[in-house]
Amino acid sequence: MAKLHDFMEVRSFALMAGILVVVSIGGLVEIAPLFYIDSTIEKVEGMRPYTPLELAGRDVYIREGCYLCHSQMIRPLRDEVERYGHYSLAAESMYDHPFQWGSKRTGPDLARQGGKNSDAWHVLHLSNPRKVVPASVMPPYEFLAKTKLDYSHYAMNLKTYKTLGVPYTDEMIKLAVSDIQTQVNPDADDVEGLLARYPKAQVRNFDGKEDITEMDAIIAYLQMLGTLVDFDEYEANFNEGTKENTR
Amino acid sequence: MITKDTSIIKSANGGALPILLIVVLGFIWATLAASRGVDPVIKPHAYMLMGVFALGIFTIVYGVSQKKFVYDPYEYDDGVIRAGVFAVIFWGVTGMLVGVIIASELAFPQMMDAMHLPFTNFGRLRPLHTSGVIFGFGGNALLATSFYVVQRTSRTRLAGGLWPWFVFWGYQVFLLIAGTGYLMGITEAREYAEPEWYVDIWLTIVWVAYLAIFMMTLVKRKEKHIYVANWFFLSFIVTLAMLHIVNNLSLPVSWLGAKSVSGFSGVQDAMTQWWYGHNAVGFFLTTGFLGIMYYFIPKRANRPVYSYKLSIVHFWTVIFIYIWAGPHHLHYTALPQWTQTLGMVFSVMLWMPSWGGAINGLMTLSGAWDKLRTDPVLRLLVVSVAFYAMSTFEGPLMAVRYVNALSHYTDWTIGHVHSGALGWNGMVTFGAIYCMVPWLWKKKELYSLRMVEWHFWLSTIGIIFYISAMWVSGIMQGLMWREYTEQGFLANSFVESVKAMKPYYMIRAFGGFLYLCGMFVMTFNVWMTIAGKGDAVSLNNTAPEKDLPNAIPNLALGE
Repeated sequence: MAKLHDFMEVRSFALMAGILVVVSIGGLVEIAPLFYIDSTIEKVEGMRPYTPLELAGRDVYIREGCYLCHSQMIRPLRDEVERYGHYSLAAESMYDHPFQWGSKRTGPDLARQGGKNSDAWHVLHLSNPRKVVPASVMPPYEFLAKTKLDYSHYAMNLKTYKTLGVPYTDEMIKLAVSDIQTQVNPDADDVEGLLARYPKAQVRNFDGKEDITEMDAIIAYLQMLGTLVDFDEYEANFNEGTKENTR
Repeated sequence: MITKDTSIIKSANGGALPILLIVVLGFIWATLAASRGVDPVIKPHAYMLMGVFALGIFTIVYGVSQKKFVYDPYEYDDGVIRAGVFAVIFWGVTGMLVGVIIASELAFPQMMDAMHLPFTNFGRLRPLHTSGVIFGFGGNALLATSFYVVQRTSRTRLAGGLWPWFVFWGYQVFLLIAGTGYLMGITEAREYAEPEWYVDIWLTIVWVAYLAIFMMTLVKRKEKHIYVANWFFLSFIVTLAMLHIVNNLSLPVSWLGAKSVSGFSGVQDAMTQWWYGHNAVGFFLTTGFLGIMYYFIPKRANRPVYSYKLSIVHFWTVIFIYIWAGPHHLHYTALPQWTQTLGMVFSVMLWMPSWGGAINGLMTLSGAWDKLRTDPVLRLLVVSVAFYAMSTFEGPLMAVRYVNALSHYTDWTIGHVHSGALGWNGMVTFGAIYCMVPWLWKKKELYSLRMVEWHFWLSTIGIIFYISAMWVSGIMQGLMWREYTEQGFLANSFVESVKAMKPYYMIRAFGGFLYLCGMFVMTFNVWMTIAGKGDAVSLNNTAPEKDLPNAIPNLALGE
């Protein structure tokens, strides 16, 4: 080994090659298998791609840097499961490009935020967090309610996700813009079509205002987080699987 | 002294044509994006880039036609390093100021209510702080010191004619576009790799040029051996290229728009991101800065590196093991357990080579310990290594799964990062700047060593406030979240833990403020040194530093 170093220490390209080999090994061993070992992501009922409106809300979430203070990854620890709900499954973020697990909880975890608070609560809380939770340190986002959502190009976004493997159909891409309008209007013509394309999608006027705003989008996103998988069913299947394994 | 034939002084338009080509291509893309960009946020960036590239085209054409790029090939290329010193100070002040602002926002969130602007919110300012200090302050420090060190230890001028200037200005453009992008909400949401695809491509071009300059300078070195600091700089440059390219694989929604979609999703994306994230620490903030340590401590203390063998062993082990440590950011998550365990085991192993480096740096002072009392610059350098040793002990501890169950998601992580960043990266950079400024501007000494003393104490006390506040608040936070009442219910709602943070957030902001004050003291001191005031007597009468053999520190370089 010492000889090898002596060789490289007087040859710049050999040194560079040596470094490249040495730093490649760890990543290859740890990352590459995740793409082909099946058990990395177990199959779970209920997962579907985001509706265009939820996706738009997710883009707002990313743009404002929410992930810097809120995680979306509940660990299988007693207190976390009791505080936030069932621990997060790998499959629950399989359509997340990029992932939003986060690394810090300046605020609480949001992996199962969907349905925990009303839309009206979210409008008030996002606009002025300290009026709802006096000790909150969250920034105010009143401008979201005043900013119209720019969604004309969402077909392009869906198409890009499709290229990367998210199962959006051609129909979903074609209807991306109208699906956004449909999801905030329960009286729209194609509500049933939307629900067929995106089961469990929540259709209503989220911010209570006429315009489709960024507030609509982010609340649609927050209200669907963690609601897609039915955990009664998941636990039942899981326990059955365990029995089979022990047999 | 090498005799030189003055007739071979040549004009250095080296690289002008390919650089011009890159800049023109950039200008064309920016013009297209400005006129046909698909989303509104790309436009301000397109206009900024048009301006920057137009300025670049003008500078190159004007410089070549007026013969402004003439150099003496027997002289070191120090202009780009002097510019680097200014960039370090500019980005240091900016990044740390934003840090103090966002720390205050957490202590006094009413600040954000009062301003009520999208770009003054914590979520948009935080990447500006992290990128500003890591890539602005730290990155420019690495550029400047690596260019300084590789020339002196190879006894040759930087390779590539104009390319070093392309790397310098290209890197500043990267920082400008990345930083303004965060304020507008342009982000890929990958921590410490937030810039969008077009900024990533630009940085890749700049980085490959940086690698080529560094390699070609080594190739034409006049020393048989490659000096140890250069091994570390080289590993930092090469590995960052690999990490940057893989972690930023993404597909733009439109080639004329800001948004891109990450190539990976969920588990694989998380693993790739933290493989990058931890090795940004490992190779940007560790091996790069060890390169600084291996030149400036021996040089300032005028002692050889403690052990040549130890440097070989800890170099190869530190770069091999670091790459594995990423999964410790993902304990108890949906990442497969085998990956988490590998991450934990390698993180614990990493403790030894890290301390190998720290011991090699500290023991270099053997026989010169008395200088710590009289030379505050050397003290900054040495205390930085002590902080390095401390945080590389804390890191493996926090990477153990059961400790991580408590520490993850809390302020303890923030405290840990800052003991490394402020203590190690910050102080070793200050030390290197204080060494280089008189050398680069040919002054006898700094303007005032007393001010360095002040800077040292402001930084040290600031760090102590900062990290002890974060230790207490982080551990308290973790304990409050998992606290149960006797009846078996969770004892605290989440917001009670937020409420309990308040005094610690205030102490933390105060610690950061002290550290920033130290930065201002340094700015003043450097300014006065360059102006030639105080002890900074000009040495202009002496011959400029050329291919002098004594430019290499007396180091254990081979046997």
